[in-house]
Amino acid sequence: MAAVELLGKTIELDADGHLANMEDWSEDLAKELAKQEGIEELTEKHWMVINFLRKEYQETGSVPSIRKLTKQSGVNTKELYQLFPKGPAKKAAKIAGLPKPKGCV
Amino acid sequence: MSDEITKVSIVVSKGSLDGVYPGLIMGNGALMEGIEAMLFFTFFGLDAIVDKRMDKLSVATVGNSAMRMPGGMKMPTILGMIPGMSAFATYMMKKEMEALDIPPVREFIEMISDAGGKIYACKAAMDMFHLTKDDLCPQVEEILTVGEFYEKSAGAQIIFT
Repeated sequence: MAAVELLGKTIELDADGHLANMEDWSEDLAKELAKQEGIEELTEKHWMVINFLRKEYQETGSVPSIRKLTKQSGVNTKELYQLFPKGPAKKAAKIAGLPKPKGCV
Repeated sequence: MSDEITKVSIVVSKGSLDGVYPGLIMGNGALMEGIEAMLFFTFFGLDAIVDKRMDKLSVATVGNSAMRMPGGMKMPTILGMIPGMSAFATYMMKKEMEALDIPPVREFIEMISDAGGKIYACKAAMDMFHLTKDDLCPQVEEILTVGEFYEKSAGAQIIFT
């Protein structure tokens, strides 16, 4: 299993490069993960998405679809693709410390 | 990886609900993965972007040998002719789609367009069905000839549905 050094800690990753242990996640770590994805600064809108994903995951045990995300998080489809360019579902889940989304939509 | 897919160009040629959805799901799925996507609607596939028709697409039950009844038993194809059968199959499919969080056609087209996907209509099919740009939903970028379709598809994997 792969691991990375972030914020002075060894963080284990799963096969998709997402956090292997959700407990490793913190807001500071999210900022580091975002930088790795090419997002230099997490804005308030980014946090709206991240927090929504985490809340949904805790409640349902899975990462929500983009449709659910854009309908309920307060960030629409256009914004979502601007906030997390080139693959918003995977990127946002990764930064939120969650596994790769499993749905097709 | 040099053989990574970076762009897809999807042709939607069928106008039934089950004919249209695969293209929409694949197009949207590409965008979700950070892959550039364009969709080209031709022949009866045009119905999916004709404003007055896109909300009324239905499942074709006649001649569909894979049709099954609720419960999974195979449906004799001749039953597909019974009035109301197509409406019922359409209702069932829409219900299942909604449960999977797959949006209705109009919302799906909006979603793809908002995500940066490009929607095009086929000129030959438009002429054949006597349609104009005004008949199409606002997300349609342009009406393309086959030649223009190939130009726009440069560098893309072309997928025919």
